[in-house]
Amino acid sequence: MVKRQFDYEDKYENIQDKIKELVELSGSLDFDLSGEIKYLESKLQAIREIKYQNLTPWEKVLLARHAERPTTIQYIEGICDEWIELHGDRMYGDDQAVVGGIGTFNGMPVTVLGHQRGKDTNENIKRNFGMPHPEGYRKVQRLLNQAEKFGRPVLTFIDTQGAYPGAGAEERGQPLAIAQDLMLLSGLKVPIISTVIGEGGSGGALALGVCDRLIMLSNSVFSVASAETCASILTKDVNRAEDMAEALKLTAKDLKELDIIDEIVPEPVGGAHTDPGETIALVKEAIARNLYEVMENGGDLAEQRYRRLRAMGRFNTK
Amino acid sequence: MLKRSFGKTKYIPVPHDTQPFRPSRPGQAVCPQCSSSTSEEELQQNAKVCPVCRHHFPMYAPERLDWIAQPGTFQEWDADLDSYNPLEFPGYDEKLSEAQEKTGLKEAIITGQARVQGYEVALGIMDSRFLMGSMGSVVGEKVCLAIERAMELRLPFITFAVAGGARMQEGMLSLMQMAKTSAALQRFHEQGLLYISVMTHPTVGGVPASFAGLGDIIIGEPGALIGFTGPRVIQQTLGQRLPERFQRAEFQLEHGMLDLVVDRAEMPVVIGQLLRLHLGGNHG
Repeated sequence: MVKRQFDYEDKYENIQDKIKELVELSGSLDFDLSGEIKYLESKLQAIREIKYQNLTPWEKVLLARHAERPTTIQYIEGICDEWIELHGDRMYGDDQAVVGGIGTFNGMPVTVLGHQRGKDTNENIKRNFGMPHPEGYRKVQRLLNQAEKFGRPVLTFIDTQGAYPGAGAEERGQPLAIAQDLMLLSGLKVPIISTVIGEGGSGGALALGVCDRLIMLSNSVFSVASAETCASILTKDVNRAEDMAEALKLTAKDLKELDIIDEIVPEPVGGAHTDPGETIALVKEAIARNLYEVMENGGDLAEQRYRRLRAMGRFNTK
Repeated sequence: MLKRSFGKTKYIPVPHDTQPFRPSRPGQAVCPQCSSSTSEEELQQNAKVCPVCRHHFPMYAPERLDWIAQPGTFQEWDADLDSYNPLEFPGYDEKLSEAQEKTGLKEAIITGQARVQGYEVALGIMDSRFLMGSMGSVVGEKVCLAIERAMELRLPFITFAVAGGARMQEGMLSLMQMAKTSAALQRFHEQGLLYISVMTHPTVGGVPASFAGLGDIIIGEPGALIGFTGPRVIQQTLGQRLPERFQRAEFQLEHGMLDLVVDRAEMPVVIGQLLRLHLGGNHG
């Protein structure tokens, strides 16, 4: 069986507790262990740092899915001075797996959009585990059209295993809703900055990811399909997911090398959830830098975005 | 004993697709839907449609090209584009060369210019035998190049899609083809040009969620499975029971996703009519 949970932190905390115990115990005796304890602590810290610099792709998948990892609303609240959430697609309903609205980013009005998953079971039921239905993608379209109308830059946050694979979603035109998002985003005249904050999976994630600059957190992943799906389709064995995660080249580092993303934001040691405040501040800095650069460079953004996409793909011409 | 004889006999429903395939005699094709036997020759003359029950057999790209384009009018575009294994994905090289050998094609789509029902058009025809018609870098690039050339020449664009899912072996390079082809169509539509998208069996995953889903007119072939997530995955992951003929073209027509479901025998005439009603497909 493959590992389902990233439990390195638990083990690390265990050892830390043991060291603390040692401190207490040594205090009750008459000799001084503080030198040794300090040495142990620094060694443990060093090992942990090395560990986080060398996570396997599968470990990153698990970290990207960590329940405590900050979600879209946390990012929006953290980077906007103020924001108001807007609801509904004006056709069918309000998809809770996608949130959107208007905020101010360093004083400038922006349209914010993102997949929204929950942190516990109740929240996840409400948010449908962050997996949108067509009405979610149509809410995106509605808010994008308003961004274009009012000349507001668009910030998107990607955090979904994928579009919801259910009967209702199919009855209401899941593929067409996604296709329309992709086409609409590609033609907008306003700047679009997208950030992958957790797991990006398949077309359901990409529908919020056609942009001028694509940023990824260092432990987030972005994949054509989840490692489990690929394993079950290609090898008929879900337990090969770990190998698949390796083969799919889904980490931020791999995707930077493939020229698919523009920037990697390093997470605190231990992952984004161990210091959400610091992580959100780093993301804000990266978004600001990229957004202002795109705005300063100016020109025909839709044309530049097309050129950017047009260069994606690897093939031979003989 | 008595109880049992009053009980209803329970039958297990067997979906059409999983009925055991009866081996056909040489030169004969057996319809998987109605089990009637037709000679290969008659089947070819019928555009590979069962003359008894109208089941549409898969039509491969070269056959479809011969059937839709006027003889001698097809000029292929970008035939030299060829896939390699950019991620060094285990087993991909072998799968590519197998598919190339089996089909005689270089990739899962043929693009080019041809005359259809008296009108010059740009064509894209996918082939299900080539890694299930999945969209990798080459398919995305050929679609984009065809759209760009159609804009240059001010031609309408017609695609016949067949796709079983993403080209997983190309990872994110494959996924980005969805964005790339959709972006090309954004520009194409802005120019007032006509795009007719025909979805054949099956068209699922990234292809209908990108270029094939963005036609001015979207047509389904009868019985074609059309959707984002295929029914098997829906049933497996959610345990949802699905109605019969779920996601079939007729179902999608009923749910408002398609303009038309057109029998293959009628397809050239309907496409001809649409081209005529769009004044040859060049309005801008």
